[in-house]
Amino acid sequence: MISIQTEDFDSGAEYEALRASGAGTGAIATFTGLVRDSGDMQGVSGLFLEHYPGMTEQVIAGLVEEASRRWDVRKARVIHRVGKLLLQEQIVFVGVCSAHRGDAFAACEFIMDALKASAPFWKKELSDTGEHWVEQKASDVARGKVWGK
Amino acid sequence: MTEPTLTVRFFARLREELGTEQLTLPAQANQTAGDLLGVLASRGGPWAQLQGGQPVMIAINQAMAKPATPVQAGDEVAFFPPVTGG
Repeated sequence: MISIQTEDFDSGAEYEALRASGAGTGAIATFTGLVRDSGDMQGVSGLFLEHYPGMTEQVIAGLVEEASRRWDVRKARVIHRVGKLLLQEQIVFVGVCSAHRGDAFAACEFIMDALKASAPFWKKELSDTGEHWVEQKASDVARGKVWGK
Repeated sequence: MTEPTLTVRFFARLREELGTEQLTLPAQANQTAGDLLGVLASRGGPWAQLQGGQPVMIAINQAMAKPATPVQAGDEVAFFPPVTGG
C-alpha cells in the first residue's frame, strides 16, 4: 500500500500492521527518513515537499512491483509526506515483510534508493536566511543505478 | 472546430521561476517534447533556461520521457528539475 499525505504517521502502528502479515513472515525491515538540520544549507528549520500527484503513486507502485519480482516480498508499505515539515519530523516510511532478512533488507533498501532517484518529489529547504530548492545528489543517482535504475 | 491542444505542467523550482504551474499550447504535427522546450525557451527571460540551462526532466502522461519522445494533442507534458524526495 502506498500513501502520499500531509499528515504524520505512526511508525509503530505501521510496524504492527506489517507484523500481522501472516505466519510466513520471518523478517521485517523498515526505514524512516527524518528532516535534519543541515542539507545543502546549514541551519535548516524545515522543509517544503512538493510532488506530482498521480505520477508519484504510479512510480512508487512500479518500484514495489519490481521489488516483488526481485525478492520475496510478502507485504510492502510506503508512506511519503508532502507539504511543510519541521525539523525532526518524519518524511518517509518504507517497510517490507519477507520470509528471510536478506530479502527484507534488500527490498527495503531498493525501494528507498529507487524512490529517491526516480519518484517525482522535490524538497525545498527552509531557514531563517531564506529558502533553497535542494539539488539532486550525484550519490543518490549512483545509489539508484546500483540497483539498475 | 476546436484547435487541438496539449497541457504543459511545471513543478518545484521551474514552477516558481517561470511563475507558471500549467499552460495550454497548440498541438503541432510531428512534435517532440524537445520541440516544446524549444518553443517555450524562445519566450526568453526565465524561460530561456529550458534549453541549455540546468537539466530538465520530462514526463509525458505521467511517465518519464526523453526530448525525442513524440507529443500529441491531449497529452499532459510535465517539465521539472531532477527529483529530490525521500
